[in-house]
Amino acid sequence: MIDYTPEQQAEIRRKQKSRAVVTAVILGGLVILFYAISIAKML
Amino acid sequence: MASQPFSGTQTTTAEWRDFVALLKPRVLTLVVFTGLCGLLAAPAHINPVLGFTAVLCIALGAGAAGALNQWYEADIDAVMKRTADRPLPAGRMDRQTALHFGVGLAAFSVLLMGLAVNVLSAAILAVSILFYVVVYTIWLKRRTPQNIVIGGAAGAFPVMIGWAAATGRVEMLPVLMFATVFLWTPPHFWSLALFINSDYARAGVPMLPAVAGQRVTRIQQLLYTLPMVASAVAPWPLGLTGAIYGVGTAILSGIFLLLSIRVGFSRVSDPAAMKAERHLFAFSIAYLFAIFGLLVADKVFA
Repeated sequence: MIDYTPEQQAEIRRKQKSRAVVTAVILGGLVILFYAISIAKML
Repeated sequence: MASQPFSGTQTTTAEWRDFVALLKPRVLTLVVFTGLCGLLAAPAHINPVLGFTAVLCIALGAGAAGALNQWYEADIDAVMKRTADRPLPAGRMDRQTALHFGVGLAAFSVLLMGLAVNVLSAAILAVSILFYVVVYTIWLKRRTPQNIVIGGAAGAFPVMIGWAAATGRVEMLPVLMFATVFLWTPPHFWSLALFINSDYARAGVPMLPAVAGQRVTRIQQLLYTLPMVASAVAPWPLGLTGAIYGVGTAILSGIFLLLSIRVGFSRVSDPAAMKAERHLFAFSIAYLFAIFGLLVADKVFA
């Protein structure tokens, strides 16, 4: 078990948040890409 | 939710940048470029969205192979200066995270290629990832001084994948371009290895200059350059390309050969004084980008 100091917790939260933002952007991009692929395959 | 305190065994503190670093972005530039050139040089039209998807899958597949390479080689990376700051040896990411990321990304890239583009390009992509990870990284890299020759094959696949994505076939021209990249890797890498004081030996990796010495390395890089030149120029006399590619590549290959001969017969042993080796290494990068650019230009303007 690891007990983190408040500073370490804040740092981990910051990294988690930045990862979550990037993941959201990538997922949004994939939604657009899959939509475009679906249209392209129908042409 | 954000105020929940941490108390557990979680050790992963990787940032998103560490995941990007795991993909080896500098290597990706060449992979994406050759894959794109294979796609553009192919004698078939591909929908731009599907073309973009194909190149994206090539990049993701190559990135996944890089991630799995770093997962397996964390011990080697930790003892070499050049790689010690990578996410795993630096302790910013645990190995399991890298493994999951690499496997997941590899599977995603192959599946997307198969579903969106075609099965053949997905199959070659899967083979290239497995080849780089299993044959090169796990099996041969630590066993033979010809390791980078084998690794070069993995870097040569993208042009075939790009071509297969556009046409659904593998033909003579992409096979020759594959052979060119494959045979280009030894002179490219060994010219660098001659003047860079690498610590591969300390890491237990049998790189040719450390194992067989400078003289053998010089001869070997020249022995690979000769078939590379033949392979690079061959598409023109075989009627697979026009004069733009043929003349341009013949001139560039002639320069490459001269630089390689200089390195082959040089007796300079002090890395700091190795001008010929530095020239060959720098030219080799420009050469590869140039001949692939010529391949596309030949298709567009011929």
